[in-house]
Amino acid sequence: MRADDERPDPTELLDRVKAEQAREGRGALKIFFGAAPGVGKTYSMLESAHRLRAEGIDVVVGCIETHGRKETEALVGDLPMLPRKVIEHRGAKLHELDLEGALAKHPGVLLVDELAHTNAPGSVHKKRWQDVMDLLDAGIDVHTTLNVQHVESLNDVVREVTGIRVRETVPDAVIERADDIELVDLPPDELLQRLGEGKVYVAEQAERAKERFFRRGNLLALRELALRRTAQRVDADVQAYRRDHAIDATWAAGERILVCVGPAPASAGLVRAARRMAGGLRAPWIAVSVESPSSGGLPADAQRRLDGHLALAESLGAEVARLAGDSVAVSLLSFAKKRNVTRIIVGKPTHSRLRDILRGSLVDTIVRGSGSIDVLVTSGSDDVGERSDEARTLAPATPMTGYWAALAAVAIATTASALVQRYLDLADLVMLYLLAIVGVAVRWGRGPSIATAALSVLAVDFFFVPPFYTLAVSDTRHFLTFAMMFLVGIFISGLMLRIRRQERASRLREERTASLYALARDLGSQRSEDALVEVAARQVESMFDAKVALLVSDPETGRLSETVRAGGEHLAGQELTVARWVFEHGKPAGLGTDTLAGAQVYAAPVPVSTGQVGALVLRPRMGHGPLDAEQRTLLEALLRQTGLAVERGRLAEEARAAAVRAKTEELRSSLLSAVSHDLRTPLAGITGAATTLLDPISQLDPLQREEMLTTICEEAERLERLVGNLLDMTRVDSGGLQIKREWVPVEEMVGSALTRLEKKLAGRPISTRLDEDLPLVSVDPVLFEQVFINLLENAAKHTPPKCALEIRAERSPDGVVIEVRDDGPGLPKGIEERIFEKFFRGPGARAHGVGLGLAICKGIVDAHGGTITAHNRPEGGATFRIRLPSEGEAPTVPEEPPGSSREMKP
Amino acid sequence: MSEGPLVLLVEDEPQMRRFLRATLTSHGFRLIEAETSKDGMMQATAHNPEIILLDLGLPDGDGIDLTRELRTWTNTPIIVISARGREADKVEALDAGADDYLTKPFGVNELMARIRVAQRRTRETAPGETALSAGPLKVDLQKRIVTLRGEEVHLTPLEYRLVVLLLKHRGKVLTHRQILKEVWGPTYAGQTHYLRVYMAQLRRKLEPDPAQPKLVTTEPGVGYRLRDLPEDPPAE
Repeated sequence: MRADDERPDPTELLDRVKAEQAREGRGALKIFFGAAPGVGKTYSMLESAHRLRAEGIDVVVGCIETHGRKETEALVGDLPMLPRKVIEHRGAKLHELDLEGALAKHPGVLLVDELAHTNAPGSVHKKRWQDVMDLLDAGIDVHTTLNVQHVESLNDVVREVTGIRVRETVPDAVIERADDIELVDLPPDELLQRLGEGKVYVAEQAERAKERFFRRGNLLALRELALRRTAQRVDADVQAYRRDHAIDATWAAGERILVCVGPAPASAGLVRAARRMAGGLRAPWIAVSVESPSSGGLPADAQRRLDGHLALAESLGAEVARLAGDSVAVSLLSFAKKRNVTRIIVGKPTHSRLRDILRGSLVDTIVRGSGSIDVLVTSGSDDVGERSDEARTLAPATPMTGYWAALAAVAIATTASALVQRYLDLADLVMLYLLAIVGVAVRWGRGPSIATAALSVLAVDFFFVPPFYTLAVSDTRHFLTFAMMFLVGIFISGLMLRIRRQERASRLREERTASLYALARDLGSQRSEDALVEVAARQVESMFDAKVALLVSDPETGRLSETVRAGGEHLAGQELTVARWVFEHGKPAGLGTDTLAGAQVYAAPVPVSTGQVGALVLRPRMGHGPLDAEQRTLLEALLRQTGLAVERGRLAEEARAAAVRAKTEELRSSLLSAVSHDLRTPLAGITGAATTLLDPISQLDPLQREEMLTTICEEAERLERLVGNLLDMTRVDSGGLQIKREWVPVEEMVGSALTRLEKKLAGRPISTRLDEDLPLVSVDPVLFEQVFINLLENAAKHTPPKCALEIRAERSPDGVVIEVRDDGPGLPKGIEERIFEKFFRGPGARAHGVGLGLAICKGIVDAHGGTITAHNRPEGGATFRIRLPSEGEAPTVPEEPPGSSREMKP
Repeated sequence: MSEGPLVLLVEDEPQMRRFLRATLTSHGFRLIEAETSKDGMMQATAHNPEIILLDLGLPDGDGIDLTRELRTWTNTPIIVISARGREADKVEALDAGADDYLTKPFGVNELMARIRVAQRRTRETAPGETALSAGPLKVDLQKRIVTLRGEEVHLTPLEYRLVVLLLKHRGKVLTHRQILKEVWGPTYAGQTHYLRVYMAQLRRKLEPDPAQPKLVTTEPGVGYRLRDLPEDPPAE
């Protein structure tokens, strides 16, 4: 056990390696950290900038808020400044950091004052720290300043100490990313003195706050916070050092913290508390919300708050999990145990004890089932997905009809009871009323059912309990009946409500699963990328009732192509910017997010394993607000599937391309070897014969001389044929085969081929059987003659010299079938397909050609839309069959008027 | 020796010239040579040769342009010798006025046969010719009687015109366009399928096996050629 503890945890090591990698190529962040405005952060930053500049580092001022302070202004001095971007907002000109300019200029170090600043509306990001993240991602070092009250996790503490709520906060994750934090410290007395001298800038509107803020006590507390935060950071660095160097005197136990988050406003405080504790323990932490079936029906504002709390937790570095389960406590505990959580943080209950007694306490249940897990109850609320006050408004808005129905149900029950009263007991009549209550609860929910219960009690009392027709009760035991009736009514309505909520939640989940399944199925059946993205876009459009545009990256360059590939939405400049940003950063942006929030559209990346393959831009229909968290999660899932499908397609395409390349490579090498062999052989013959003839010493008799000369002629002919074939093949192969279709009789092409091969086929019986009614065919006569020549030459090559050849042609239902048959030995088994491949040579055909003739035939026939096949006939001999589809009706030739040449006029 | 027919050879490749010089002089021709298209034009005007052998790829211009220029003032047979083997090139040269087209490489026999055809054309265009023949085929131009191996063949007027045109230019390839213009008239120059259908009809009447023609051969993509066969000895 101990030995294990001494070694750094492998996953931790892995994380560190990953962190190092992430840092590689990224800029370094240095924060000048102070307790309060006026301690001299900007000043220190500028001083250090001058030092860097003296060392020859390219330092540029991105933005400095001098607030008119002379000494600061003077200190900027000759540092190069990046022009500020001017943004007009409601008539005011706001000077903001020019992010694009900074990225374009790409200085070594950029000074960016006030990390917590909120950008003017219309900027790329809502917050300046987001700009800084972009700069760091681009590899630019950034120096910046920050006050302790802007640290997200300390926000509450600062408020408690100073009583002032600071709205501009920076997530702790950003501060943790800093490679260096320099504390700029000034004792409170000196700061107050500077304040008195007017050296501290405070915005005019904050004049009143100044009084409260700059109190000695506050400043002391803030200073302590700043010092502590810095110390924590230093401690973390020391820890990192220890980890790297395996120094393990005091190894922190593997703490893991879980915080339960709900929609109540106090949950935000809970999240921050968890962050502080996690930071103090250097432990990972998880923020969890539990979606019990009722969560499916959370009102919009509660849902938004819950989403906000989870987003806050995420931005503070928490892992976020949404659990589903009927019992909050059970879901939480099982999750906690699965994830080896050591501490659970829940909010303090704020409701009355009575509710706990009636419905069980969440805290109690958790504590009881927690086993070895520490449970911390801190101030906040216990509303983890549990029905809080909002739950009461949760019931589906009941229209008045529900209450009319209640009245009617009671009236019917009363009438029925009146009719059967004399046969039955009071207890039985009560049953009738209960039936009415159940009926109303099923159909109209809680309110009307309670109303029914109340009315029923009154009706029974009035009509059936003596004394009749008064509300007075003579027998006290009837009170018990009434109470029972009423309670049963309430219980039933509660149950009904719960069932309906469960039904709704499961229906939602069902829909989500169904749409994901539908998308998966549709995507699976698509082959082309175009069809894939079309399917995805259509699915998203129908599911979100919005217009979308789907952009995908160019597979070659990896950049986002700006033409909309699918979807009905057209993108203007700003929307394209959103899409580009999303594609580059892999995070959603636009409407309802922190980035480019001014856009009218929401955009989300289409993720793949290696990054993004595209971006989806979604414009909600008029009147629909931005997407809520649930919809975003669903969209994310849909896009992930789309991304997978696109990636799968692209990988397959790449594999295919690679296979083609390999095949081409193989072909090229076989071509080279074949060509070099086949070109050299005739050349060798020619050279040999010619040199022999020229040699004055060799005494050749006339017969020998003629032999030599014949050799030269024959070899030259062979060479010519080879070159011709190669040229034909290149023509067919390079795809540049231009077919000049003409209407030609088959007979003519057969005839010209036979004429050309007259010598070569001499001595062979050749027959032609061409149908009388053969139509003209639309082909390129030159190319098609070549097909016949190659087929006949091939037959001549592979059959004995006296072997008969036959050419047949006949009409077929869809065109013409042409066959070239021989009476030779037939094709060797199993080569019927390969015979048409380039450079394929039949066994025993070494001396003839390069194996291109039939490949050329296939190329030409294919280009005409026909097919060519080879097979052996059962009775022996090979047949090559060409099927040519008809290309429409052949043109007619006007009939000549009957008459003879002899009647012609001279 | 000085009496042999004069041949102008326009060719820029020395090897080719050497081969042709040897062949032609040994066959009794006199030879003048030109290496460029400009030089060729000058030699043609200066010497008025009986036959012109013309390469298409010349250093200072295209042989087809030279053909057109020559055709503006002379009827001298032009035989194109070229390494360009595409049918379109052949058709272009023939339509420009060349008499024949030989694709490199070619053999001596082939060249001599073409030259013979060209020579005869210049001699035989004499008017007053009353009969044409090739192998078994004979046409009496006055009576308009076509006989094959002595037996009369009945032809339609168009077929007759076709046969006469081919016989007049026997041994020489005629492009589709040239035949259509002559037989059907200029407006039909593009209706290649007319010609094809009539040619098939004609072959059925003239050839024992129209799919293995012996008389009129097809030059795929270019046109037709009536073979220059010696006249058959009279039957019996």
